[in-house]
Amino acid sequence: MKRIYNLENLDCANCAAKMEAKIKKIPGVTAASVSFFAQKLVLEGDENRWEEILDAAKNAISSVDADCKVLAK
Amino acid sequence: MKHLTEKQRKTLLRILASGVLLGILMILRATVLPDRWYLQLPLFLIPYGIVGWDVLYKAARNIRRGQVFDETFLMAIATIGAFCIAEYPEAVFVMLFYQLGELFQSVAVGKSRRSIASLMDIRPEEARCLRDGEWEVIAPDDVEIGERILVRPGEKIPLDGVVESGESELNLSSLTGESLPKPIGVGKDVYSGSVNLDGVLEIRVTKRYEDSTVAKILELVENSALSKSRAQNAVEKFAKWYTPSVVIGAFLLFLIPSIITKDPLTWLYSALIFLVVSCPCALVISVPLSYFGGLGCASKHGILIKGANYLEALSNVDIVVFDKTGTLTEGKFRVSAIHPASDVTPQRLLQIAAALEQNSNHPVAKSILEEAGEISKPTVEGLKEVPGRGISGEISGRLVLAGNRRLMEEHGIKVAVPSELGSVVYLAEGNSFLGSIVISDQVKESAVFALSDLKKLGVRKSVMLTGDSAAVADRVAKVIGIDEVRADLLPTDKVKQVEGLLALKEGTLLFAGDGVNDAPVLARADVGVAMGAVGSDAAIEAADVVLMDDDPEKIPSAIRISRFTRSIVRQNIAFALGVKFLFLALSAFHLTNLWMATFADVGVAVIAILNAMRTLGYKEK
Repeated sequence: MKRIYNLENLDCANCAAKMEAKIKKIPGVTAASVSFFAQKLVLEGDENRWEEILDAAKNAISSVDADCKVLAK
Repeated sequence: MKHLTEKQRKTLLRILASGVLLGILMILRATVLPDRWYLQLPLFLIPYGIVGWDVLYKAARNIRRGQVFDETFLMAIATIGAFCIAEYPEAVFVMLFYQLGELFQSVAVGKSRRSIASLMDIRPEEARCLRDGEWEVIAPDDVEIGERILVRPGEKIPLDGVVESGESELNLSSLTGESLPKPIGVGKDVYSGSVNLDGVLEIRVTKRYEDSTVAKILELVENSALSKSRAQNAVEKFAKWYTPSVVIGAFLLFLIPSIITKDPLTWLYSALIFLVVSCPCALVISVPLSYFGGLGCASKHGILIKGANYLEALSNVDIVVFDKTGTLTEGKFRVSAIHPASDVTPQRLLQIAAALEQNSNHPVAKSILEEAGEISKPTVEGLKEVPGRGISGEISGRLVLAGNRRLMEEHGIKVAVPSELGSVVYLAEGNSFLGSIVISDQVKESAVFALSDLKKLGVRKSVMLTGDSAAVADRVAKVIGIDEVRADLLPTDKVKQVEGLLALKEGTLLFAGDGVNDAPVLARADVGVAMGAVGSDAAIEAADVVLMDDDPEKIPSAIRISRFTRSIVRQNIAFALGVKFLFLALSAFHLTNLWMATFADVGVAVIAILNAMRTLGYKEK
């Protein structure tokens, strides 16, 4: 399944690229894109493990920039 | 100032305070404090701390998380290093300018974002919905199909629907870019996002909000920033390798010559310059910003592009393939010529034709009636359809005929065959030929300009696909200036034709269609362009580029916007890398200093960002 999340306080384009690279490595993720301009995360992956994947993605994001939050949707 | 966020305003104050302090301290250093490092160091740490504490904090936090080699890390090392070799003013200045650059960046990006958001100011906030006999104001999401909504003059239409009562004019400019108001009345379809201009309308809702035109368009535009171009990916990859390499390079630049020359201080200074210049922000920000602006600029022109990758592909289009009907032609049959016989007026010919065809539902009959409008028709008696031939009847006791050549020949009437292609209706009264009316699909005038523009832009081949006969297709192609024609195609043949063209590998292929029956072709082409797709979900889904109206001239416009964006991206890459490599080389030979390096780094970023923002302001003639 594919979901789009809004991000808050994503401050630098370079960080967005790093987050994207990290999220793509999470097992179960088939595609991911972090847009600095749109302040959005697009996540595509295994529906059965969605909670797990989303948590891992949130961790990946805060490990790059602790101020950046994934808004609940 | 008033556009700054709270955070930006605070940063600006810190920069100003630190800048003033730095100035005062530099005067003190030169006058009363020379050579007293134990006084200078703590004093200079004050403006440094004011402007840079958050950078240091972030750098420390990132190192703890294993995130080395980011901008904050570079700036922290460079400035701490400068303090170590007693270059106090430089240390503060590097941090101050870094922050200034960051602030500028965030303001510029915010401005671009806002400008694009305002473009998309079509989201309806509320709907006035009939509930239990009262008009209740609710969110558009809560309105169900079949409910009635009321839209007053000046309000946006919140959901797609059909007009139940009222008459008005609609402004569709935010949907189609067309500024001419469109008159509407009972029974007409209306699209959400258009603005009701003068009358009160009652509308029966036909689509839920999330499926409505406005929601589809917003979704498309909002998500377009998510697909990245190859240039963006390349820059991101480059930044990933570039920063660590420069840090290692700086370390080596310090270590090796220091050992050889036994003069570590000079070489540490060179290494610091290396670090300051190494920040890749100018590229990492300006390249995506250019595409972001390019996408926004295209939306402003009524061209919705689904991602930077398609914007990039547009600039390389080599082959354009058009569907004929509805794309290059109006897709509507109209009377294109009236040829009365020598003693008949065109008016009379049309009157008789309209009288004969008035009860027919055939598309040809409809076009004739549309052309005739409200003109008075003679009374006809005994109207009779002659299958496969036409219609016969009697006017004032005389036999009248309207139909094809066979009908005329069977009655022994000699006809003059018109030169135009299309469906021809011949008319006769008694035994004499009255004339003929030609009905055909009209070529869009703008299609001719579109094709000549495309040729000017260097498109190598244009192909037209159509289900029509070769004779009609060839003529249309000749008028418009199309190179190749593939006629007599079934809808499924169109995919095969496009696949055949793709297999030739002659370059990037663009297909443009009106979205009716051609979703598979739109999906198959390198760039699929759906025209006038407002209201057609399948086309919006399958296409890469959606034109909000059906003007083929938007295609060359889209290509020009994409080329402009591409040239800005190239300029920025060449400029930023050029300056950086120049400085890296100069610093290795001690030909530069930290002041210059800082100016160069932040200056390049600012110029690149300003250049990137030009894409947003690009205007088509």
